[in-house]
Amino acid sequence: MDKPARKRPFRPVYLLLLLPFVAALSVPFYNRVDPEIAGIPFFYWYQLLWIVLGAAILIPIYFWETRGSDRG
Amino acid sequence: MTMDPVAIAVFLTLFVFVTLLGFGAARWRRGDLNQLHEWGLGGRRFGTIVTWFLLGGDLYTAYTFIAVPALMFGVGAMGFFAVPYTILVYPIMFLVFPRLWSVAHAKGYVTAADFVRGRFGSHTLALAVAVTGIVATMPYIALQLVGMEVVIAALGIPMSIAVPGLGHIPDAPLLVAFVVLAAYTYSSGLRAPAMIAVVKDALLYITVLAAVIVIPAELGGYAKIFASIDPKALLLPPAQPGNLGPQSAYATLGFGSALALLLYPHSVTGLLSSSSRRAIKRNAVILPAYSFALGLIALLGFMAVAAGVKTLPQFGSGFAAFGNNFAVPALFLKMFPSWFVGIAFAAIAIGALVPAAIMSIACANLFTRNIYKEYISPDASLERECQVAKIVSLVVKLGALFFIIELPTQYAIQLQLLGGIWIIQTLPSVILGLYTRRLHPLALLIGWALGIGAGTWMAAQSSFKTSTYVLHIFGTAVPCYAALSSLALNIAIAAILSLVFNALSRTPQIDATLAEDYG
Repeated sequence: MDKPARKRPFRPVYLLLLLPFVAALSVPFYNRVDPEIAGIPFFYWYQLLWIVLGAAILIPIYFWETRGSDRG
Repeated sequence: MTMDPVAIAVFLTLFVFVTLLGFGAARWRRGDLNQLHEWGLGGRRFGTIVTWFLLGGDLYTAYTFIAVPALMFGVGAMGFFAVPYTILVYPIMFLVFPRLWSVAHAKGYVTAADFVRGRFGSHTLALAVAVTGIVATMPYIALQLVGMEVVIAALGIPMSIAVPGLGHIPDAPLLVAFVVLAAYTYSSGLRAPAMIAVVKDALLYITVLAAVIVIPAELGGYAKIFASIDPKALLLPPAQPGNLGPQSAYATLGFGSALALLLYPHSVTGLLSSSSRRAIKRNAVILPAYSFALGLIALLGFMAVAAGVKTLPQFGSGFAAFGNNFAVPALFLKMFPSWFVGIAFAAIAIGALVPAAIMSIACANLFTRNIYKEYISPDASLERECQVAKIVSLVVKLGALFFIIELPTQYAIQLQLLGGIWIIQTLPSVILGLYTRRLHPLALLIGWALGIGAGTWMAAQSSFKTSTYVLHIFGTAVPCYAALSSLALNIAIAAILSLVFNALSRTPQIDATLAEDYG
């Protein structure tokens, strides 16, 4: 069992990890054609965009976790 | 189909090149290949970049690159669920899997079942995790062969080749490819697919880049491509009163698949072979580059519709033999010059070799550690352990080959679909186990069994044609990926029974791991 002494306090920065879930699972929101970009319907470019945003969100968390230490 | 000498020459040249690379890999970052962690985990020495190539080649398989656009080609928007799926994999990888890496590193674990064995002190639960992993992976290996078969056929290479003295050998090209693969996996272990993955990925990115620039230009732009799609297939059908419809299937498929993916043995093997937790976290940030490529490849299915490949007479036999899986090869044959077809098809065929090698190594690790060493020969030496793993990796590949040659492809597809439902049932033991020891091993085992039973039953209701099952929640029909609903049952059972068993039990819990092992 995890020792209580090792329990780290919850960090709000981890809430960022929920964003991709909200974005990717709100299907009725993005299940539409307009607005199109360069002829690509919203449904498609929105989800492709979230691949990039999902990765981008991890970057600040990564740096927040690893700052001032060499373990990560 | 007609033979295309230029395409075949380019294809074969690249194939021979990666074969040499596979055998040469034994000497790369040299280690004692008679030790399981050296052969089966590459010595846990792969840094961020090598891990990126290895996991990219491992998680985004040749079959994915054939089947996802085939689904887009056949049914439209539903096939795009692969995108939310790959969006959700990485927050999970970032948060959870560094913990598994740390505890495996501290305790010398090679498989997820090793961890479960140590954490819960139950060899039965570990066996359940190991067997689930092996059974879920076998059809996945078989499907890699399908990807390879499609491109070999599309090149016009005859599947049945006459050999003097032996008569006609059916599926000869597949046989050759797999014997070669088996040989270098045996000799080089995980180093072989890691090295080959670098070449495969270079070819893949070149192909994708060319495809998304050249093909739309020739077809008159993206607007024209999307305009050629049936409006009903372009989006998911909206929810009806009392029925959420395909939208909830789409969301649950994406979420459930993301939860299942990293539990597969080949994912765990790839993750544990990295040199640090940091390498895993960095990979969660850079692996989405492959997701983006996959999203673009999915759109190739629509490009194939716009190019009208299905009605072209030269592709009739291909579609007859492989169905919609032939859409992307047909598109490439129509739009690319011969030499580039050779490159693109090599990317797909080599893309089948990398995951097939890693999957067979992962199965071999599981068998050796959690079945052979646990039940058959507990005092086997380290050398013996590694020897067994090498032999098992051969057996696993032969099994997959037999599967594809002897049985209808449909069986492999249905088993792979079930594999996702089965592997997700190890989530409570493996992922929840990383965070808490409060779950009781017997409760986890019962939850696992009921989850597998319920999930299989739900898939059986559609005669294994689809993995979604309609739940009725407060009078609303909710189509849901069976893996997700059966996992919910599994977790509920495991949690409730854990409360009961822990209250009744007076024996202290066994746990070989310490809080600091999790990093």
